[in-house]
Amino acid sequence: MSLPSSLAEIRDDFLSFEQKDRLQLLLEFSNELPELPERYRDHPELFERVEECQSPVFLFVDVSAEGRVGVHATAPAESPTTRGFASILAQGLSGLTSTAVLEVPDDFPMQLGLTAAVSPLRLRGMTGMLWRIKRQVAEKSVA
Amino acid sequence: MSVAFDPAEKFQSYAHPERLVTTSWLEAHLGMPGLVVVESDEDVLLYEVGHIPGAVKVDWHTELNDPVVRDYVDGAGFAALMNAKGISRDSTVVIYGDKSNWWAAYALWVFTLFGHSDVRLLDGGRDRWISEGRTLTTEKAPVPRTDYPIVERDDSVVRAFKEDVLAHLGKPLIDVRSPEEYTGERTTAPAYPDEGALRAGHIPTAASVPWSRAANDDGTFRKLDELTAIYRDEAGLGDADEVIAYCRIGERSSHTWFVLKHLLGIPHVRNYDGSWTEWGSAVRVPIVTGADPGAIDRR
Repeated sequence: MSLPSSLAEIRDDFLSFEQKDRLQLLLEFSNELPELPERYRDHPELFERVEECQSPVFLFVDVSAEGRVGVHATAPAESPTTRGFASILAQGLSGLTSTAVLEVPDDFPMQLGLTAAVSPLRLRGMTGMLWRIKRQVAEKSVA
Repeated sequence: MSVAFDPAEKFQSYAHPERLVTTSWLEAHLGMPGLVVVESDEDVLLYEVGHIPGAVKVDWHTELNDPVVRDYVDGAGFAALMNAKGISRDSTVVIYGDKSNWWAAYALWVFTLFGHSDVRLLDGGRDRWISEGRTLTTEKAPVPRTDYPIVERDDSVVRAFKEDVLAHLGKPLIDVRSPEEYTGERTTAPAYPDEGALRAGHIPTAASVPWSRAANDDGTFRKLDELTAIYRDEAGLGDADEVIAYCRIGERSSHTWFVLKHLLGIPHVRNYDGSWTEWGSAVRVPIVTGADPGAIDRR
């Protein structure tokens, strides 16, 4: 299991800050959750709910013919923490190969230095997102 | 310096109407000397997205808890926190938050442990303020210098420990978790990840009243007659003067604690903050599964 450079960079950014500024960085990610591409916008049936999150977070993963992963997610503005986590994964995983995504360590959410600032509940929500993304990637890469 | 009470008619039937303010009262009193508005949310980033003008944030996760021991901050820690937020011992503190004031009530309960006398909730909390189109800002207001005294925490009045609950068995207990947690189908609320209790079920004889039943859909508290029907009649509290409420880690039950103590006026209400994460993992404490409250088995 190895961390792709995109995620390693995000992790290092978080760890370079003090606790309070880590939350600020998470807020920036939250504000930068990419919009859904036009083709997926009116297709709620494609999306999977992340049951591990108390707020309604929905995920959809596509894998291109060249084997590149795209992670698409929606999360409500009134749940900025959860939205921030979805944004980290969407930005950090999109564009990687299936193999690279499947090799991301399952405890990546715990490596961001947020365990003191964010409740374990929330971090497990992010672990749930990562796990569901990897499962979708595995399913869609086989096909 | 304390700010006048909100005379709203809805509150007058409650035992302690001075513990609540309406959104319109708060809007009219913003900036008044002696008033400090505090936001406390479940989502620790929500304040940064936008808050009531002049409000300060209290983060339940990092600011109210001791970072090492499973306990709240001590007197010195609380005084330092109050000074960091511009709160004096005689300030009127109005707390509001997300999810029907779930965490706001928790913060209010912690303020109570330190005997802060004038602490109130904004009826309806953050969602109601927003739904009424009132102003939010991302600007942080300057915090005035304050000199909050070091007051030792008093755990004897509104807080219950596991031993207190064991000694209390036979008197009314309220379990405010979801029905699934109460019956023992699961140890965490539906759609919430597991936070670690080894056994599922409830404390024998506890009545099940999920915390959110005390709130209307808009997050405001239900009227007194509705609360009376739910707690005194249906849950069987009757004229009980001693009640303990619990949930999973003590936050949802703070909301019920507020309702029982300040709205219904039950004299001795304690919140068992160890709650299910402690009870459900403790050795040899009695547990009942299923929908029935169950009986005390004195072994």
